[in-house]
Amino acid sequence: MIKVVNLKKSFGDNEVLKNINVEIKPQEVVVVIGPSGSGKSTFLRCINLLETITDGHVYIEGVDIADKSTNINKIRTEVGMVFQQFNLFPHMTVLENITLSPIKVRKLSKEAAKQKALELLRKVGLEEKADAYPDSLSGGQKQRIAIARALAMEPKIMLFDEPTSALDPEMVGEVLEVMRSLAKDGMTMVVVTHEMGFAREVGDRVLFMDGGYIVEENTPQELFENPQEERTKAFLSKVL
Amino acid sequence: MDIRFDIIIEYLPYLLKGTLLTIGLSVAGILFGMLLGLLIGLGEMIRNKILALPFLCYVGFFRGTPLFVQILIVNFGAVPLFLGKTNGIVAGVIALSLNSAAYVAEILRGGVQSIEKGQMEAARSLGLSHVQAMRYVILPQAFKRMIPPLGNEFIVLIKDSSLVSVIAAPEIVYWAQAMETQYYRVWEPYLTAAFLYLVLTLSLSFLLRFIERRLATE
Repeated sequence: MIKVVNLKKSFGDNEVLKNINVEIKPQEVVVVIGPSGSGKSTFLRCINLLETITDGHVYIEGVDIADKSTNINKIRTEVGMVFQQFNLFPHMTVLENITLSPIKVRKLSKEAAKQKALELLRKVGLEEKADAYPDSLSGGQKQRIAIARALAMEPKIMLFDEPTSALDPEMVGEVLEVMRSLAKDGMTMVVVTHEMGFAREVGDRVLFMDGGYIVEENTPQELFENPQEERTKAFLSKVL
Repeated sequence: MDIRFDIIIEYLPYLLKGTLLTIGLSVAGILFGMLLGLLIGLGEMIRNKILALPFLCYVGFFRGTPLFVQILIVNFGAVPLFLGKTNGIVAGVIALSLNSAAYVAEILRGGVQSIEKGQMEAARSLGLSHVQAMRYVILPQAFKRMIPPLGNEFIVLIKDSSLVSVIAAPEIVYWAQAMETQYYRVWEPYLTAAFLYLVLTLSLSFLLRFIERRLATE
C-alpha cells in the first residue's frame, strides 16, 4: 500500500531523514515512536508531500508521489491526515469543515456530503455538534472532528501526526478510542505518537526512529519487551 | 489672537463643498485601491518569483516614493498623456487609488501570512488545490483580519487627499488656501480645515470600531 524507498529529506544543510525504507501493507497499523527531532513527523509529512522529498521514492498503491507528473491533489484525497494542532477551519461550522472537501474536490452534492458527514459525526460521537464552530469545542472534540473530516474523503490510508500531544490528559482517551475503532474497521494507519499504551495495544508494527533512520522495527510485543538496539533500549527506558 | 468668524461663515459653503470632494476622493481612492490592491496582493503571492516580480515592483515603487511626487507625475504627466489635458480631480482619484492599492496589497499579504501554516496544510491534505485552499480557507480568514488595517488605510487616505490641493482639485485645503489668499489670515482657514478633517476621521474611526465589534461578536 505504501512503499518508501531510500527516502531522504533535508532542510538546507540539516538532513532530517537519512535513508528510510519501509513497506506498509493494507489494513496495517504502523506506530512510529522516537525522541523529538528524530524525523518521525517529517517522515509522515513526506507520505502526503506536505514536505517535498529531497531524494528517494514514496509509492502509494504503486504511484510514485515524488514524480513531477503525479497529480498530488488526487493522491492526497486517498491519504487522510490528522494534525497535532487539529487545524480545523475556525470560520466554518463543524459540518462545513467536514463537507468542504467532499463538495469541492469529490463533487458530491451538498445533501449527500451532509448525510455522509452526519454519519461520520455519529461515528465519533459528536452528532449534536454539527452546527457548532470549532472555537466552542474542547480539544478532544476538535480532534475527533478533524478525524471525521479526514474520513469524509474516504481515504485508503490515514496518517496521524501526534494526534493526542496537544490534548489535556483527560481527553486523550476519547481520541484514542476513535482511532482504535478505525483500526478495527481495517483502516491502514500510520501513527506518530508518544502513547506507548496505544502503540502496544493497537499497533501491528512499531518503528523506532532516531537521528533520521528507522533504528528498529518489530511487533509491539517484541519491540517493547525485547529491544535489540542500544538506542531503542535507552529511549524505552525513559518513556516506559 | 482674534478669530474672524465672519470670514469662516462666508467660506463655509465652499469648505463644505470641499469636504464633499474630500470624501469623494477618499471613497473612490479606497474603493479602486482595494480592487486593484487585492489583485496586486494576490499577484505578489504567486509562488513563481518571475511572475510575482511586476507586482512586487509596483508595491516597491508606490510605497517607496512620496505620494506628493506621485500626484505630480499623474497630474502633469500621465493624465495629459491620455486625456490631452489634465484634470485635478481625475488625477487625484488616480494617484490616490494607485497609492492606496500598494498599501492594500501589503495588508492582504500580511493578512494571509498571519493565518497559521496548519490551515493551508490541512486544506491541502484534504485534496484541495492551492487555489481552492486560498479561496475557501485562507482568504475568508485573512479578510476578517484585514478590516482594522484597511480602516486605518482609509483614515490615512482621507488625510493624504489634502495633497491634491496642489493640483487644483477643490477639496478642503484648496478652499482654505483660497481663503488665506483673499484675507491674509492663517488661523481661520487652517484651523477650520483641521476641524473638518477631524470630524471626518473621528467619525470614520468610530464607525470602524463599531464594525469591528460587530464582527468580533459574530
